Amino acid sequence: MTSTIEAPRSPSTRSTKKSGVNWEKWGWIYMRVSGVVLVVLIFGHLFVNLMIGEGVSALNFAFVAGKLTNPFWMTWDVIMLWLALIHGGNGMRTLVNDYATSRISRGILKIAILVSVVSLIVLGTLVVFTFDPCPAGAPADLVASFCKSL
Amino acid sequence: MSTATIDNKPVVPEEIKSFTVTLIVRRFNPEVDDEPHWQDFDVQLYPTDRVLDALHKIKWEQDGSLTFRRSCAHGVCGSDAMRINGRNRLACKTLMKDLDVTKPIYVEAIKGLPLEKDLIVDMEPFFDSFKEVQPFLVAKSKPVDGKERQQTVAQRARFDDTTKCILCAACTSSCPVFWTDGQYFGPAAIVNAHRFIFDSRDENAAVRLDILNDQEGVWRCRTTFNCTDACPRGIQVTQAIAEVKQAILRGKA
Repeated sequence: MTSTIEAPRSPSTRSTKKSGVNWEKWGWIYMRVSGVVLVVLIFGHLFVNLMIGEGVSALNFAFVAGKLTNPFWMTWDVIMLWLALIHGGNGMRTLVNDYATSRISRGILKIAILVSVVSLIVLGTLVVFTFDPCPAGAPADLVASFCKSL
Repeated sequence: MSTATIDNKPVVPEEIKSFTVTLIVRRFNPEVDDEPHWQDFDVQLYPTDRVLDALHKIKWEQDGSLTFRRSCAHGVCGSDAMRINGRNRLACKTLMKDLDVTKPIYVEAIKGLPLEKDLIVDMEPFFDSFKEVQPFLVAKSKPVDGKERQQTVAQRARFDDTTKCILCAACTSSCPVFWTDGQYFGPAAIVNAHRFIFDSRDENAAVRLDILNDQEGVWRCRTTFNCTDACPRGIQVTQAIAEVKQAILRGKA
């Protein structure tokens, strides 16, 4: 005689919502990948700005303005900006998930993080691609001295 | 019959010195107290005594109302996990000589699970997570020779570390993520999933990986290594969690 024994285990209480993309997994992978890339980008950035040539004394408005006319450094800076801000924002999100106890404070903090990350990315990207050190028609005492020679 | 010689002095073993130890225990009686409170006890102990012996002395000689779990008292059953001087330990495996007895020893219940009385917590949420990862062998296919599912020494060694778990909850209740989010599966459940995910005889690894590939699954682990430090069986818990993460990324064990 065979009989089936009913499952003794209580049904799952945890939410078993499986909707398409697993953001938690991709967030975790993103942190690892962007972390490795950022190590190269940030240390490369620091090396170029602070070590080679005249070193830290070469840093001034003209130096940064010059770098932001070079497509290579524009690409470098934009990738660094996006990767670092999303990396930092995602890290803050996991901290909020771990330590904010009430649903409301968790929601408020996460929205605040999202807003600041998005606005910083938009502003930063805008600066990198639209930056003009010598805007046409600006009074001479407000722009850098090297603008006269242009 | 030989006659015993009386002049032989009996060998007196060197006396082992005992000392007074102060234990400060976090007490909570739900019928009387609103909040847990700390109470200190002075106990005379030997260096070879354990924290469990100290608790027994308190319960048997000073205050019979002190409540704690213990079964085998030899580090196998996993009943007496508690927070000793801020670290999760088994009371039956923590010797006095390994603690600084010049200072009081703080003993409290493990954190993150509902406190029921004194050193006893409700273990049900812990066991619920354990049950959810299917901690049993699932094999629907017929064994090759119809009788046994054979395994090589290397295949057995793959998951040997995680077979040692005694479900004492020392790891899960030492995890800072678990303290704030009781929905997290916790190290113990992941260790027991690991034990079957990497078992060559088991066929349900994909299902378990899917269960743990969840917002409350392995991705909540922050590799703080509290669980590895807490494990009384020396299981490399954080490494086991990392291996499960890798298996999820690969899509198979």
